[in-house]
Amino acid sequence: MDDLIGEFLAETGESLDVIDAELVRFEANPSDRAILDNVFRLLHTIKGTCGFLALTRLEAVAHAGETLLGRFRDGTRAPDSHAVTLVLEALDRIKLILRGMETGGAEPQGDDRDLIARLEALAEGRIAAPPPPPPTPQPIRAAEPEPACLDAKPEADGEWRYDADLGRPLRPGEVSLAELEAAFLATPGPQDIDDADEAGEGALLTAPASGAPPVHAAPAAAGPRGAATIRVSVDVLEGLMTTVSELVLARNQMQQLVHVSDDGALKGPLQRLTSVTAELQDGVMKARLQPVGDAWRKLPRIVRDACQDLGKQIRLVQEGEDTELDRQVLELIRDPLTHMIRNACDHGIERPEVRRAAGKPGTGTIRLSACHEGGAIVLTLADDGAGLDARRIRDKVLEKGLATPEELAGMSEAQVQRFIFAPGFSTAAAVTSLSGRGVGMDVVRTNIEQIGGAIDLTSAPGAGTVFTIRIPLTLAIISALIVEAGGARFATPQLSVRELVRVGPQAAVKIETLNGAHLIRLRDRLLPVVALSAALHPDAPAPIPSSGYVVVLEAAGRRIGLMVDDVIDTVEIVVKPLSGLLRQTGVFAGATIMGDGSVIMILDPNGLAQACAIAGEGDGEAQAETARASAAVTQGPPLQRLLLVRAGGPAPKAVPVSLITRLEELDASAIECIDARHVAQYRGQLLPLAHAAGPGAFRTDGRQPVLVFTEDGRSAGVAVDAILDVVEEAFDLELGSHRPGVIGSAIIQGQATDLLDIAWFMQRAWDAAPPRSASVRASRPAVLLVDADAFSRRMLAPLLAAAGYELTIASGLHEARDAARMGARYDVLVGDPGALAKLAAEGLFADVPRLGVADGASGILDGFVAIMPPGDRGGLIAALDQAARAA
Amino acid sequence: MAAPTIEYVSVRIGDQVFGVAVSDIREVFAPHAITPVPRAPEGIAGLLNLRGRIVTMIDARSRLGLAARAAAAPAMALGLEDGPDLYGVLVDTVGEVLRLDPAAADAAPGHLDARWRPLIRGVHRLDGQLLAILDVRALIGRRGALAA
Repeated sequence: MDDLIGEFLAETGESLDVIDAELVRFEANPSDRAILDNVFRLLHTIKGTCGFLALTRLEAVAHAGETLLGRFRDGTRAPDSHAVTLVLEALDRIKLILRGMETGGAEPQGDDRDLIARLEALAEGRIAAPPPPPPTPQPIRAAEPEPACLDAKPEADGEWRYDADLGRPLRPGEVSLAELEAAFLATPGPQDIDDADEAGEGALLTAPASGAPPVHAAPAAAGPRGAATIRVSVDVLEGLMTTVSELVLARNQMQQLVHVSDDGALKGPLQRLTSVTAELQDGVMKARLQPVGDAWRKLPRIVRDACQDLGKQIRLVQEGEDTELDRQVLELIRDPLTHMIRNACDHGIERPEVRRAAGKPGTGTIRLSACHEGGAIVLTLADDGAGLDARRIRDKVLEKGLATPEELAGMSEAQVQRFIFAPGFSTAAAVTSLSGRGVGMDVVRTNIEQIGGAIDLTSAPGAGTVFTIRIPLTLAIISALIVEAGGARFATPQLSVRELVRVGPQAAVKIETLNGAHLIRLRDRLLPVVALSAALHPDAPAPIPSSGYVVVLEAAGRRIGLMVDDVIDTVEIVVKPLSGLLRQTGVFAGATIMGDGSVIMILDPNGLAQACAIAGEGDGEAQAETARASAAVTQGPPLQRLLLVRAGGPAPKAVPVSLITRLEELDASAIECIDARHVAQYRGQLLPLAHAAGPGAFRTDGRQPVLVFTEDGRSAGVAVDAILDVVEEAFDLELGSHRPGVIGSAIIQGQATDLLDIAWFMQRAWDAAPPRSASVRASRPAVLLVDADAFSRRMLAPLLAAAGYELTIASGLHEARDAARMGARYDVLVGDPGALAKLAAEGLFADVPRLGVADGASGILDGFVAIMPPGDRGGLIAALDQAARAA
Repeated sequence: MAAPTIEYVSVRIGDQVFGVAVSDIREVFAPHAITPVPRAPEGIAGLLNLRGRIVTMIDARSRLGLAARAAAAPAMALGLEDGPDLYGVLVDTVGEVLRLDPAAADAAPGHLDARWRPLIRGVHRLDGQLLAILDVRALIGRRGALAA
């Protein structure tokens, strides 16, 4: 029975977390039947199991909660906030009892009559009846078929049936223990819980239940439990991990022996042992990964309760819940996150009236997101609240003597803000029930630093605060590129590797030097390069090798090239944390054990970038992040990046860089002329080509520079004589060229320059093979999606494409401006209302209907067809269809 | 004899014999394939793989300001745990285990090298030689860190 109770506790705990989150969703979306069904099913399962295990207290509370939920389901009771609060209260009571069971092994003593009475009163819509006699715990006896339920009168009469097993009258809507047990006995064993659930539900719910119409059709909605998963205790996983490590060692020794003895017969089995060991190791590590969303499940409930307590309106947006991390890390960030969410509710988001007075929507938004970045997991918690009060922080710093006035005066705003992480610092003027219990952000910081993580913040008055938590990989498994430099091997997290470039005297790319700094020309720009061995041994600088590979890394928003001697392999590695003494090196994210048993260091691209002093301005970048996170419309730079090329004649011609997919140099001999059309083998496909100076201008030998463009999933290349330069310039385009292939001209770098009409050239290149969707194109309305937020784009783009729109995506205002300047025509503009309004203000696409998509917004805004929340997919497409028809 | 004794394992580092409390160490092992760590603080020899766990190796000679061991010279290591981290202290040789009465030890002499002073807990007078009691936790630099 103990095992059963243990399993019950584990399962119920999970179910309750799900219910919490679901109920909050349900309250916001009372029409969503699926959510309610799911909640009902979960609570019902808990109740059923309680009955089976003779947990009378739990069962009574679960039952009363379920009855109320049943009223939501049959529509006799509206799920208003009062009712939902009461159900949540019942869940809290269940959790309390469960906690008691965890420690005591049995249901703790306690009285739930008051709560149950209130639940029942609400369910029945009547005043609470005098509480029934306290239930006496009683073990389940063998089931005797009892006709109790057959001749029972409906509860509406106000009479309660007496149940002999329980020794008390049945509560409204309750079925007798005998029936319950019969239902459970009649169902298959626990290996198929869903079946048991449905059968049990059917039997229970068709029993006369307080005059309410019986509820049929137990929802078969997919719950969190599935046949594909089983529960394994953490101890078992840890034990497995240790065993696997021992196995690896044994394998390594074996390898050594075989190597020495040179016995050919052993090699086959050893190889197999090696691969099986590696797979096993991999599998065990993966078994420890959990989606970060598991640590977030309680948060919607916390935010909801905070809203109720504080009289605020707060929306919690969660992104990247699927990001996986080691369960150990997950456990360790759970509490800090909860604390920070509470802080954001309590101190960050203002009261609705204050927000409205400040010109903000009454509902505040807390955005929690997770992603992998540079081999770390980055959690971002952004609120659009009041921001940190720098003056109060300064006062407090002085009051607590954390810094002198002189020191403070010399500090930047960001440095002052970071004082909230100082021990004992708390700015809340009043201690509330939610946060501000003396433990503040310093505890959060300590918790995060204990696992080798880092926390930082940026805050702008009135615009909100963004906390960024970077958690190292610690025990996670990552894919890594193994490189060699100065005779040692290092692992580079694959996540931050953008590309590999071979450099050397014979290679296409050479290392160039500018006042001692090394650079390579990578397509359209210069990339700073550091030799890995020089970065690792700053006191013993070695000359940069003349040939090798440059690993292009993207770390915290910047790119650097890391020169290595050789690139060995790409492998999945198990990240082992560094000991305390080594964490301070700053350039390593951990170490790993390779297949041969040797230890190699894992590079930390961010740390390396900083160590090499290629770092940009940290604060400036963080500010940019604030701007991005608070979803402010970034003002596109008036400057445009243009690629200057030579094509037919000495005068340069220009192409906006944003349109170009990539620059290539193709071997002239690889370009074939088929039926007067030029094509080249490119990445396993035929790339149709057109030359900007006419078909006769293709090179016949050497290398042919080609600009590759991609539209609608198809690529075409425009060949030019030479690629000259990339310039960044604000220019006025004079439209109205009558020459084909030229849109217009502008003064660029003091020289009249033609802008090439890329669309025209692409069409020419494609003419060889008629466009895949030529006929469809004509009839499909064209939509331009403008949104600086990559997440929105990712979400909206498939939706629009699936709805049959001809979609063009602009990831920012400048791309949209490019499109306008290139003479693109669209039937509808969709996206960030701010960006669309700005375009209209600039006179671009002024006559095209605009449909704004914004979180938490819906309604009408001047100049827009409509403003829709991104979640309302059906509404969005409907509005779009309407706008497209009108256009 | 009822006097409380402590078990020390004797290790040789350079020309000096030290005693290390057996209770401080987890195991003694022969180190192999140490991976050096660039930019590591002084005294850290590198990392090695001990049955699937990564051990941070500390070079006792470097910590004590002694000349570095010849590259090919054999060495032994004392393994110790500090929270989740495993450390290995590289020594030249490991000798026998001695039972000594801590009360019989002399205090470390005051004119000891500044690098030695925080690491030596006392000196035992043995037949023909002095046995310095080495605090390996201080040697790996964690005792100080914990106190701070």
